[in-house]
Amino acid sequence: MSENRFRVVNQPVRKKDAMQLLLGKPAYVDDVTPHDCLVVKVLRSPHAHALIEEINTDIALKVPGVACVFTWKDVPQKRFTMAGQTYPEPSPYDRLILDQRVRFVGDAVAIVAGESEKAVDKALKLIKVKYQVLKPVLDFRTAKDNKILVHPEDNWRALCPVGADNQRNLCASDTCGDGDVDAVLADCDEVVDHVYHTKACQQAMMETFRTYTEMDPYGRLHIVSSTQIVFHVRRIIANALDIPKSKIHVEKPRIGGGFGAKQTVVAEVYPALVTWKTGRPAKMIYTREECQIAGSPRHEMQVHVRVGANRDGVIRAIDVYTLSNTGAFGEHGPTTVGLSGHKSIPLYTGNLEAFRFAYDVVYTNVQAAGAYRGYGATQGIFAVESAVSELAGRLGIDPVAIREKNMVREGQIMQAYYNEPANACALDRCMARCKEIFGWDEKYPVRDMGNGKVRTAGVAMAMQGSGISGVDVGSATIKLSDEGFYNLMIGAADMGTGCDTILAQMAAECLDCGMEDIAVFGADSDASPYDSGSYASSTTYVTGKAVEKACTELRANICALAADMLSCRPDEVEFAGRTVRRLDGAGEVSLADIATKSMCGNTTAVEATATHSSPVSPPPFMVGMAEIELDTETGQMDVIDYAAVVDCGTPVNPNLARVQTEGGIVQGIGMALYEDVTYEPTGRIMENSFMQYKIPTRLDMGKLRVEFESSYEQTGPFGAKSIGEIVINTPSPAIAHAIAHATGVWHRELPITPEKVLWGIKHGQA
Amino acid sequence: MLTIGQYTRPESLDEAYALCQKKNNVVLGGMLWLKMQHRNVGTVIDLCDLGLDKIEEDETAYRIGAMVSLRALEQHAGLAALTGGAMAHATQHIVGVQFRNCATLGGSLWGRFGFSDVLTLLLALDARVHLHHAGEMPLADFAALPRTTRDILTHVTIPKAQGRVVYLSQRNISTDFPVLTCALRARDGQYTCVIGARPMPAAVFADESGLLAQGITEDSARAFADDIAARAVFGSNMRASADYRREICRVLVRRGLLALSKEG
Amino acid sequence: MEIKLTLNGRPLIASIDADTLLIDFVRSHGCYSVKRGCETANCGLCTVLLDGTPVLSCSVLAARAAGHHVQTLEGLQEEAADFAGFIADQGAEQCGFCNPGFVMNTIALLRENPDPTDDEIRAYLAGNLCRCSGYEGQLRGIRAYLDSRKGAEA
Repeated sequence: MSENRFRVVNQPVRKKDAMQLLLGKPAYVDDVTPHDCLVVKVLRSPHAHALIEEINTDIALKVPGVACVFTWKDVPQKRFTMAGQTYPEPSPYDRLILDQRVRFVGDAVAIVAGESEKAVDKALKLIKVKYQVLKPVLDFRTAKDNKILVHPEDNWRALCPVGADNQRNLCASDTCGDGDVDAVLADCDEVVDHVYHTKACQQAMMETFRTYTEMDPYGRLHIVSSTQIVFHVRRIIANALDIPKSKIHVEKPRIGGGFGAKQTVVAEVYPALVTWKTGRPAKMIYTREECQIAGSPRHEMQVHVRVGANRDGVIRAIDVYTLSNTGAFGEHGPTTVGLSGHKSIPLYTGNLEAFRFAYDVVYTNVQAAGAYRGYGATQGIFAVESAVSELAGRLGIDPVAIREKNMVREGQIMQAYYNEPANACALDRCMARCKEIFGWDEKYPVRDMGNGKVRTAGVAMAMQGSGISGVDVGSATIKLSDEGFYNLMIGAADMGTGCDTILAQMAAECLDCGMEDIAVFGADSDASPYDSGSYASSTTYVTGKAVEKACTELRANICALAADMLSCRPDEVEFAGRTVRRLDGAGEVSLADIATKSMCGNTTAVEATATHSSPVSPPPFMVGMAEIELDTETGQMDVIDYAAVVDCGTPVNPNLARVQTEGGIVQGIGMALYEDVTYEPTGRIMENSFMQYKIPTRLDMGKLRVEFESSYEQTGPFGAKSIGEIVINTPSPAIAHAIAHATGVWHRELPITPEKVLWGIKHGQA
Repeated sequence: MLTIGQYTRPESLDEAYALCQKKNNVVLGGMLWLKMQHRNVGTVIDLCDLGLDKIEEDETAYRIGAMVSLRALEQHAGLAALTGGAMAHATQHIVGVQFRNCATLGGSLWGRFGFSDVLTLLLALDARVHLHHAGEMPLADFAALPRTTRDILTHVTIPKAQGRVVYLSQRNISTDFPVLTCALRARDGQYTCVIGARPMPAAVFADESGLLAQGITEDSARAFADDIAARAVFGSNMRASADYRREICRVLVRRGLLALSKEG
Repeated sequence: MEIKLTLNGRPLIASIDADTLLIDFVRSHGCYSVKRGCETANCGLCTVLLDGTPVLSCSVLAARAAGHHVQTLEGLQEEAADFAGFIADQGAEQCGFCNPGFVMNTIALLRENPDPTDDEIRAYLAGNLCRCSGYEGQLRGIRAYLDSRKGAEA
C-alpha cells in the first residue's frame, strides 16, 4: 500500500533529540531553569473531607528563609478547571487554587515558598490547621445522590451541557443508542451480562510534575513547565489567578513522559501564584508520592456490559453502562467516560442491530482523575472484549472466529461512533496477521507444562480515535531560513513520543529535503502557532496535516520569490527541493540563494502558517494476543509472548510507532496484573510510591512482537492515523481472557493478582 | 524527610559503639531504608573505614563483614557453592543491581524486616551474628533482641557444614517485596525450614514430628508442607492475605523439599 | 562539612551538609544527567558509578563519597556514545528521562560482562525502570551494539 511511496515519511529515522537525551544533556525543566529560586511546596490534607476552620501560618512565616505562606484566604474565589481542554471545557469549573473545603487525602491546604527545601519543610510542619472533619464519600458506587456532597458550593458551574449536577455528586450523565437494545437482547440466544471494574491507575511517567515560574522583563508571568498543553496552561493559569491571558507566557522544554498526566495543570498553579504574588522566581517539583496521591490518574470505572448473540455467533446488540469515578474534581470526567462506550461498541459494528450506551460520572472524596493514555477506551474495551470472549466460550466458538464474524470492516458506518464511516480499516488484516505470527491455533489450547503450570492464550481487539473531531486544532509554521534550511514551529508537545521528529519527516517529505534541513521548535505559547496540544491521539493526524498544508503554502511563496529572481511568473517555475527552476529550462536558482534574497530587499514572506481541524476522528485499530504461563498452585502468572498488529494508517516512523506500541503494551500489562490502587478506611491511598505501586520492570514482560497492517486514511497526512493511545488497550482483556481459559474463571476486576487467580481456581469464581 | 546533623567515620569499633549509645545517632548501612524515614538524626555513624566489607573464610566458616553488599553476597563463588545457588536466589530479586550494591548485610539484618529474603536464608544456614558489645550469638537470638538495642553488628558467620539448601520466594511482580519466603536445609538427615515475609519476620521450623524421617517423597513432602503451613502464623498486608500465604507456604515448602531431594 | 572527592576525573573540595545526598551534590556540580524519579530507591534514574560500581545516588550521602571516585554520564560521554547510537536507531530513548541511569548501568554491565545474554541484560538492568519504551527496544539496541562489536572483532 504505502510501501516506497514516500522518501522520508514511513522511514525509521532517528528521533531528532535522541542522542542528546541518551547522553544525558540538560533538557528538562529542572535542568534548564535556575536553581536559586524559591522552592514551592504544598501542605496536604490528612482528611478525605474536611472544612478548614482555622489556619495559623504565623509561626511558619517566621522560619528563616520562608518567603510566603498562602492559604485559601489568599487566592481568587473564581472557580476553574485544571483540565487541559478546548474552551469551553466540558470539565466543570469546580476548583480553587486553595479551598476552605478539602476533598481528598492529599488535597492542597496551604502553599509555602522559601529559599531552601529545608526551610520550606520546616515551615510546612509549623502551619497549624484546625479541621472540621466531615464524612467523606469514598465508594463511588454510593456517590450519586448521596446526601454527602463533594461540591455543595454555589459557585460551582458546568460550562457545557454534560448532565452535571453538583447537588447530586454528578459530574456528567448521558444516554445514547440506536435501535431497541432490550428487545434485541431478549431475542438473542445467548447474552453475557457482567460488571467490570478498573482502578485509578497512575501514568507513572518518569519525570514527575514540575514547573518553574518567573516574571519576565515585560512584567509577564513566564512559565516553564513539563506540560503537553502550553496554550491551555495559559488559559487555566489566567483563570486561576484571575489575570488577563496576555500576562502569561508558557513554554515547555523536553518532557520526561506524560501519557496524559500532563494534560492537566497539576503543578503549575502553585509556583505561578507564588511568583505572581511575590514577583520572585519559583519552582515546584512534585515528589513521586505527590504524583501518586495528588496527580491525575485514570478514571476508576465500573462497566456493566450486556452482549447478545445468536447461536451462530452473530453479535446483535451491545448495552454498556459505565459508572466513572472522577474523584474530588471533574477534570476530564465528562469526556473520558464517553470513550468507554464509543470506542468499544463500534468494534462490533459488523452485524450490530442495536446498542445503548449510558453513563454517570460521580464525584467522590478521592484523588481527582484525569487523562491517561486510552482515556476511557481502555476501561470500556477491557469490559466489552472480556464479555465477547466469554460469549465465544459459551457458544463454543473460537474467540478469533467470533471476532472475524462481527468486527467492523472498511466502509461500514459505525453507528456507535457518531455514525462515522470506517473509511480506512485494516482490522481484519490485523487479526489475520496476528493470528499467524502469534501461532494462535497452537497457543490457544491449554497445555500442561508440568509442575502445576499451564500455558494458554487470549485475544483482544481495540480502537481509539485520531484527535477530537470538530474540536482539536493543529497548526504549524514553516519558514525558509539562511542557506536554505527550514524552521518548523509547532504548538504540539513532544513528550518523548517523537512528534518533533515525525512532523519534521512530513515537512522534509513535502519540501523535498533531508531531515537535517528541518529545525523544529515548540512548544511556546508566545512563539508557536496555536495548537490544542498533544493529547487525544491528535498530533500526527491533526498537526501533521497542518504541517502538510503549511509546507504547500510555503512552496508557493518560495516559488513566487524565485520567479522574481528568474524573471518569470510563479506558474513558470517548479519547486525542486534544493532549487527552484524554470519549467522552460532557462535557468534555476538555489534554495540558498532564495533564502539570501529573502533577507535583502524582499517583500514576499518565505514563511507560512497553516491550521487544521478535522470533522472526523478516524480510528486506528489493533489486535493483541497474549500467551501466558500460569502456575495453578500459586496463581502466579507470566506473560511470555505478546503479539500485536496495529493499523495506524501509514506509520510515519515505523521505529517510533513500534516502540510506542511496545511501551503501551507493557503499560497495559502493568494495569492488567500489577498496578493496584487501594485505600485505607480514611481514604488514604496505600500505593503512594514506586515501592508500593509496582509498574512492570523488564523482567515482567515476555517477548513482544509488533507488526503493522496499514490502511490508508485519506484525511490524514500521508495516510496516517494515530498510534499513541490505542496501544494500551489490548493487554487487560487479552490477559484476562487467557487466565479465564486456563482456569475457567473470569476475573472482572483489575489488577488480576496471583492471589485472585488462586482463589479463582480454588473456589471457582473471582 | 530525613535530616542529619553530623556525619562521622569512626576509626575504631569502640568509637562507633560509644557514638551509637546516643539515641538519635544512627549507624549507616546502605541508607536505603533510613532515607525514607521522617526523622532528625543527630550523627550518622559510617563504618566504611573499619574494614567490614570483606568476605573471609577459614576451614569451618565464612566470616562476612557487616558492610558487605548484598550484591557481593549474590556474586560470591564460595557462598554460591556452599548454598547450591541459594544465596543468589535470596538476593537477586531485590529491586536491582544498584540497590544491591548499596544495601549492606548489616543493614539488612539490623532492620530484622519481615520481608527480608536474607534473614530467611541466613536463619536456615545457622548463621551467627557478632555484635561489638554483646558478642556472638545465633542469628535467631539476635532477631529476637529488642529494637532498642544499641550495639554494632560487625560480622556474620556462616558455618561451612551446610548439607543441601534451597531458597524459594513468591512475589507478585519480579523485584517486589516477597509475599512469602522459604529456605530449606537438609543436613545429616535433619531438616530446617524457615518461612519469612509472613509478613512478620522469618520463623524457623524443624521436623518435630519426624514427617521426613523416611526421606523426601511426594507424600512426605506434602505432609511436611501441610504441617509447616498449619504451624506457621501468617498475617495480611497489601500484598497478600494470611490465607493466601498459607497456601503458598504449602506449595513452596513442598516444592523446595522435592528440589532438595533431587539435588542430593 | 568539607569533603574531597573526584568527580568525573576532576579532584574536588566542597562544603556540604551532613545530609546532602550524592544526587543533589552532583547536580549542584552541573551533572544534570543524574535524575530523581522516586524517593524510594526503586527507579534507577539516579545511577552513578562510585569507584566504578553502579549505585543509587539518591541513597548515598555525599559525605560517604568522600575520598572516592564518582562518575556520572557527563564523564563517560565517549563510552556511552559507543552504544547509545544503537538505542537511538531503535527509537527506544523515547522521553529520555530514564536514559542516563539506564546508560550508566549498561556501561557497568558491559564492563562487568562484555558479552551478556539477553537474560543477563534483563537481570542486570531490572532496577532501571522505563515507562515509555516497554524495554524491548532498549534490548534490541544493546543486542545490535554487541553484534556490531562482534562483527568488528571477527
